[in-house]
Amino acid sequence: MLEIKNLHARIAEDETEILRGVNLTVKPGEVHAIMGPNGSGKSTLSYVLAGKDDYEITEGEVLFNGENMLEMEPDERAAAGMFLAFQYPIEIPGVATMEFLKTAMNAQRKARGEEALSIPEFMKRVKAAAAHLNVSMDMLKRPLNVGFSGGEKKRAEILQMSLLEPKLCVLDETDSGLDIDALRIVSEGVNKLRAPDRAMVVITHYQRLLDHIVPDVVHVLSRGRIVKTGDKDLALELEKNGYADYIDTAA
Amino acid sequence: MNANAPIKHTQAENDLLDRFDSTKASLAGSVAVSALREAAFGRIRDRGLPHRRVEEYKYSDLRAYLKSAAPLAGATDAASAKSVLDNLDSYGELDRHRIVVANGSFLPELSDVAALAEEGVTLTDFSEALAKEGGAQLLTAPKSGESDGVVALNTAFVQGGVVLTVQAGVEVSKPVELVQVAGSSGAQVTRNRVVLGEGSQLRLLETFAGDTGEGELNAVFDYDLADKATLASTRLIVGKSDAARLFTTIATLGAESLFKSLGFIAGPRFARNQQFINFTGENSNAKIYGVTMAGGDALADQTLVVDHAVPHCNSREFFKTVLDGRAKGVYQGRINVAQHAQKTDGEMMTQALLLSEDAEMANKPELEIFADDVLCAHGATSGQIDEDLLFYLRARGIPEDEAKTLLVLAFLSEAIEEYGEDDVTEGLEERVRDWLAAH
Repeated sequence: MLEIKNLHARIAEDETEILRGVNLTVKPGEVHAIMGPNGSGKSTLSYVLAGKDDYEITEGEVLFNGENMLEMEPDERAAAGMFLAFQYPIEIPGVATMEFLKTAMNAQRKARGEEALSIPEFMKRVKAAAAHLNVSMDMLKRPLNVGFSGGEKKRAEILQMSLLEPKLCVLDETDSGLDIDALRIVSEGVNKLRAPDRAMVVITHYQRLLDHIVPDVVHVLSRGRIVKTGDKDLALELEKNGYADYIDTAA
Repeated sequence: MNANAPIKHTQAENDLLDRFDSTKASLAGSVAVSALREAAFGRIRDRGLPHRRVEEYKYSDLRAYLKSAAPLAGATDAASAKSVLDNLDSYGELDRHRIVVANGSFLPELSDVAALAEEGVTLTDFSEALAKEGGAQLLTAPKSGESDGVVALNTAFVQGGVVLTVQAGVEVSKPVELVQVAGSSGAQVTRNRVVLGEGSQLRLLETFAGDTGEGELNAVFDYDLADKATLASTRLIVGKSDAARLFTTIATLGAESLFKSLGFIAGPRFARNQQFINFTGENSNAKIYGVTMAGGDALADQTLVVDHAVPHCNSREFFKTVLDGRAKGVYQGRINVAQHAQKTDGEMMTQALLLSEDAEMANKPELEIFADDVLCAHGATSGQIDEDLLFYLRARGIPEDEAKTLLVLAFLSEAIEEYGEDDVTEGLEERVRDWLAAH
């Protein structure tokens, strides 16, 4: 599904190198967790995968279902099945959430050569997905993310994810800013989307999220490289001992 | 520099001199009106067209823009006007009354005179009214804008228009569209007076259709609201045109009245929508909105002077501008609060979105306050599309052009939604989309 080979990336503006040779292979149906200290490059990796042009790729490649993902525009990546759940979902005044959902779903369908959804079919899907995530109709009528609480924003991200039915879900610190109940609702929403043909990359600081979304593989990212890979027990070990060992290794 | 020194006339000014000499005998009006025309034209002769050294035209140099001035459009017939109207797509299927002014003359045969009369709305021909005794008052009654060059040009050459009077207490059941039509090319100089009796209500739609060739369109709207009257005026200044499009509003607001307006500019190469708003009675409201789009090398100007001459009045001004190419946007908003106009509440905001590196916005909000117990605020912003917003939309699969369109619509809709009049403004989204697709 996803193959990242020796990926080097830097901030375009000041040429600060952030990713220094990331290698990662994710197969369909797998859930990978990427953990790491602040500044290790976790969010950069998620932005590079989504196609944000603040970063420059200096070396390496990313294949998404065999295709060179780095040559695709962000919207082409999305239509091909890439989804990034943002750490900080952005408020867009003046764009109603419903209108946005309809535009996004139909834009992806169009790019894939599929018919636009009828209004009743669209409404049916939104209502079903919203009910599972405890998203109210009132929220959907408001401008996208405007005035949403931290928890509401994250639920809205997962709502988008379930409606867009991506092949690869990258969750960037989806647990940040969530209380225990919200964490449970969001995790259940994510778990419902686990499927044999869908892969997930879950980026987090804390092991807590991984109690709810149990990963198949856990990686430690430090100073722009994956320095350790293991199973879910690795997350528990990190929770106990911290990242100190890995920071030293990388240095 | 001595302002009274004789100026060297431009080609356009020479054309206007010729135009005045050759047409003044045939222009409508009493002897007193002719004298007013002479005086107004004298200002143009002496000072020239408004130019960048006149403060109000600093950013919109009409004198530099006008390379020539075409003769006034001659009379047109109903058939020519009707063929333009048949192709007019201003408000789709919206149920409305219609009034037609073609080549500067009121055309009752194409206007819903009888239906309006039944509702308590009378229509008279502006040029006929000018010829009657007291006709000169039509030009002198509205005091503000007197010193304005475009208004002077209008007074000098005004061909005609309509006087619309809504009887006291009448709430006109559906919007009234006043369509100004060019049946043939040539300059059009019109004046329309809209009088609202006490407690009456009117929703006015102002549209222009047709091609004036190289002739300017100079349209003055004089609104006179009696106490407790309500007027909502939606003005479309649209369509591609190299000829200047000059619109002026002069509004006089009685006590407890409400005046709302939306000026929508998209298309002309040189457009100015200027409004002079005067509070003459207490506890009144003015809500003034502007939505402007300009691309290529176009200039679009929204200028506003609000005079709070009496206490306890509120005004809200909210203007949005989107610029592309090398276009230039101008917003000049001035709120004057007289010394005794206590408890005035004025809130002015102008925001511009620049889609290109070379576009330019001049925002000039001004407050002049002599009273000491008022609430007045103003703000101005200019910026580009937020890359983070754009990326978020694209990351959800929305292609760049469509994402930009969504963000521009979102930006403009803030002003449109606050204006309200949803049935009238629902078609504006399509106009914005069309404009973006063409730029």
